[in-house]
Amino acid sequence: MRAWSAVSWGVDWRASMSLVGTVVKYLSLTMLVPLVVAVVYGEDIAVFVVSIAATAVLGLALEQLDPEPDVGPREALVLVSFAWLAAAAVGAIPYLIAGNGVPFVMAPSTPASTLANPVNALFESTSGFTTTGATVLGEISTDRHSHAVMLWRQLTQWLGGMGIIVLMIAILPELAVNGAQLMQSEAPGPELQKLTPKIVETARALWLIYFGFTVLYVAVMYALQLVGLAENMTLYNAVAHGFSTMPTGGFSPEAASIAAFKPIVQWVAIPFMVAAGVNFALFWHVVRGEFRSLLEDTELRAYAGATAVLIAVLSALLFRGAAPPLELGGTTAGATENALRQAAFQIASLLNSTGFATSDFAQWDDHTKIFLLFTMFIGGSAGSTGGGVKVVRWLVVFKAVRRELFTTANPNTVRPVRLAGRVVDEDAIRGIMGFTLLYLVLFGISAVFLGLDSARVGYDLTVLESVSASLAALGNIGPGFGRLGPFGSYLDLPDTSKLLMVFLMWIGRLEIVPVLALFVGRLDRS
Amino acid sequence: MRVIVVGAGEVGRSIAANLADGHDVVVVERDAELVEELTYSLDVLAIEGDGTKLDVLREAGVEEADMLIASTDIDETNIVACGAAKAISDAFTIARVKRRDLLETWQNTNRAFDVDFMVSSDLLTAEAIFRISGVPGAQDVDTFAGGIVRMAEFEIDEDSPVTGQSVRDADRYASLTFAALFRDEAVIIPTGDTVIEIGDRVVVIGSPDSIGDFATDTVCADEESGADSVVIVGGSKIGFQVARLFEEHGYYPQLIERDEDRARELAEQLPNTTVLQSDATDSEFLLEERVDEADVVAAALESDEKNLLVSLLAARIGVDRTIAVVNQVEYADLFETVGVDIAVNPREETAEEIVRFTRDNRTEKIAMLEHDLAEVIEIEIESDSVLAGRPIADAVQDLPPGVVVGAVSRSGTLVTPRGDTTIEVGDHAIVFVESAIVDEVSAII
Repeated sequence: MRAWSAVSWGVDWRASMSLVGTVVKYLSLTMLVPLVVAVVYGEDIAVFVVSIAATAVLGLALEQLDPEPDVGPREALVLVSFAWLAAAAVGAIPYLIAGNGVPFVMAPSTPASTLANPVNALFESTSGFTTTGATVLGEISTDRHSHAVMLWRQLTQWLGGMGIIVLMIAILPELAVNGAQLMQSEAPGPELQKLTPKIVETARALWLIYFGFTVLYVAVMYALQLVGLAENMTLYNAVAHGFSTMPTGGFSPEAASIAAFKPIVQWVAIPFMVAAGVNFALFWHVVRGEFRSLLEDTELRAYAGATAVLIAVLSALLFRGAAPPLELGGTTAGATENALRQAAFQIASLLNSTGFATSDFAQWDDHTKIFLLFTMFIGGSAGSTGGGVKVVRWLVVFKAVRRELFTTANPNTVRPVRLAGRVVDEDAIRGIMGFTLLYLVLFGISAVFLGLDSARVGYDLTVLESVSASLAALGNIGPGFGRLGPFGSYLDLPDTSKLLMVFLMWIGRLEIVPVLALFVGRLDRS
Repeated sequence: MRVIVVGAGEVGRSIAANLADGHDVVVVERDAELVEELTYSLDVLAIEGDGTKLDVLREAGVEEADMLIASTDIDETNIVACGAAKAISDAFTIARVKRRDLLETWQNTNRAFDVDFMVSSDLLTAEAIFRISGVPGAQDVDTFAGGIVRMAEFEIDEDSPVTGQSVRDADRYASLTFAALFRDEAVIIPTGDTVIEIGDRVVVIGSPDSIGDFATDTVCADEESGADSVVIVGGSKIGFQVARLFEEHGYYPQLIERDEDRARELAEQLPNTTVLQSDATDSEFLLEERVDEADVVAAALESDEKNLLVSLLAARIGVDRTIAVVNQVEYADLFETVGVDIAVNPREETAEEIVRFTRDNRTEKIAMLEHDLAEVIEIEIESDSVLAGRPIADAVQDLPPGVVVGAVSRSGTLVTPRGDTTIEVGDHAIVFVESAIVDEVSAII
């Protein structure tokens, strides 16, 4: 790495942007999926025909910047950061066209929706790609919006979940040259785990596992409907929720989210949500028949342990009556199955940042809400599709802090930090401490900003609302508390706050470092 | 092919880089920083660990591996790694060693130490220096088919009689083939009408005698032939091997070593070598010892910078040819630009030996030219080859451009290929190929 940076201190923006163009060009192909849906449902196909054309033209135009892009580590940072911004931007095109039509050419296909506003469209698209699941869609329904647009909203999450760059590396050989650098910038967690000698094969293996889980989910859900256990789990709904569950997204085409479905559907969704928060590299080992790596993985054990303990505590709280009778997913004190299911679902959903809900937890008692807020800090595992700080980072933070306390009491001891028997490099510890601190600082500052900004326009957020909004965006979780809860919306926030949340979702998905390194790294040198 | 490289030093790293394009490469290295660096700079799987341990080798997938190349800096480690790998897998094992006695033990036994192939970078480098010294004016020299075929690369300067001539006019030797020209990083496959320009590097393939005649007649007509007086600077392992090779071929080289104890040790081991104990960067000393009259000065000190300095100094006082050992492959071009006649890179010499095992089984030998811009390969012809049983003029129609058959060895004798020569099954063809198409070509030849 050092030898590289000595070669090019400056960033070759043209090379990076040219490859961003390549990413955008191929993203236009993913819009074929909603186009097919529009054809099947007999909806207006013009929205996606125009969107595909616009995206492809933009991608091809950017590609012209540099016909033979040569990407080093700095260009990789720029490429990854801007590819995600560009994806969010072009992902908003279908919303804008559906809401506004094309001037002089095409009338809006549906009555003006909230997404006709560019800020809202960008928010919804960013929230999708970053698998946040925070929404500004006023009325969530496939009748109000088209099936195609609603499926595009789901699909953005699926593309962003395993990572658009990882997908591009899997299919585009020109990105494989610096593939390891690119994947490291995008992959969740402190370090990149290569599974195979060739980075292309690692990327393909990860996407294949991800694809396999999604297919399994859709099949199981649709089977429930076929055998008559879940009438409203149509094929459309099964696919739509498959696009949302494995990437830990949280969008649903149903206004009532998973609460719209029967308990059996909710139970089936729980193990898939939990699996989405597990390091996908472990599944790769399982596929190869190496089950031991699954049992021996410290992070997985911590993740599973945390999930089990939190579910137990929340079940007890709900059993005691922490939630009032609610219209959606209400719980009654003393109801065991209900308490256990609501607890398991909410923890499985919030711990790894999915953001589905089966109960309006925004209306639960305050002590339970604080408990859920704590849960949201944990995040998924490294190498999973989950957001947040990540379990492995917390493990290292706790072990390093314990080491500090120990060496304070025993100043002469030399004590390395170990994780699963392996010594953690001191540089890595410093990096993880720095990341975690930066995460908390950004979370705090943003909460203050959101509170002040809302007060400016007279939409006073409560403490819990502004804190939860900041965390929900940065951790790519989605729902907050109060009016921003799972069945609420961020629609009424001022545009400045929405844009801040777009920024938070972006750097939260890329885990802060690539994006901030871009800005701060450059400033420090000038 | 899955290849495991143990040890990511200079040699291991360059082998990994060379193989990463076409093969699945796993690198095992003890230094965590190197492992991290490799993870991002090469398309290989880098694993931190000791390559002599079974669990580390298992993690690297040695059971499914086709080849293990042990190239750490410690001979014994490399041999142990090969032995450990053989115990649990059928991988072809290659060990790099420095000590010549280990190499001799291996050569004189039937695959001692469970090593399938053993290379010594130091010896290979010394051999390259010796080969090149023997052909005046040559940039690179390699031998094929057990020594009956030689390939040499010459740079044409303004004094050469062939400058400005067409290849047809320059090619006056019965058993010589003009295989290619390198001109400004480009490879030119010459026809009879191609004109040789100043600064071109020509690659000729033929019998050792014709190469020698070509060298003395056309390249350095005004210079004395061969290297009668040789001065080696630096008593490193490579320097020692160079001296020993010259001794073995009846020369009486001079060797300059700065360290007193090392100089004494070398003098004891090298009876026909005059060992001088001094600092070779002292020009007065060089003149005093008449180094300026030497035909060849070979700089084999431990550092590239010192080798550059010594070579430039030698050239300044009037030595005909300077050969410098250059460990950093990126420096090789630079050194040749500023005035070192020939830069020899131990990594490339080693890679030439090892890389052929990852190729088709019938590839007998590889020589890389111009930092692997092109290769000269020796291949045994089988019945399914496009060359087999037909005149070369016909067969080349089925080969991509950028391929030249330079020589053919048939049961121990040289057949100089012309358009109407028919290649038979069992012949060894010595073929010039551009590196970009080498996999494609070796699959069909």
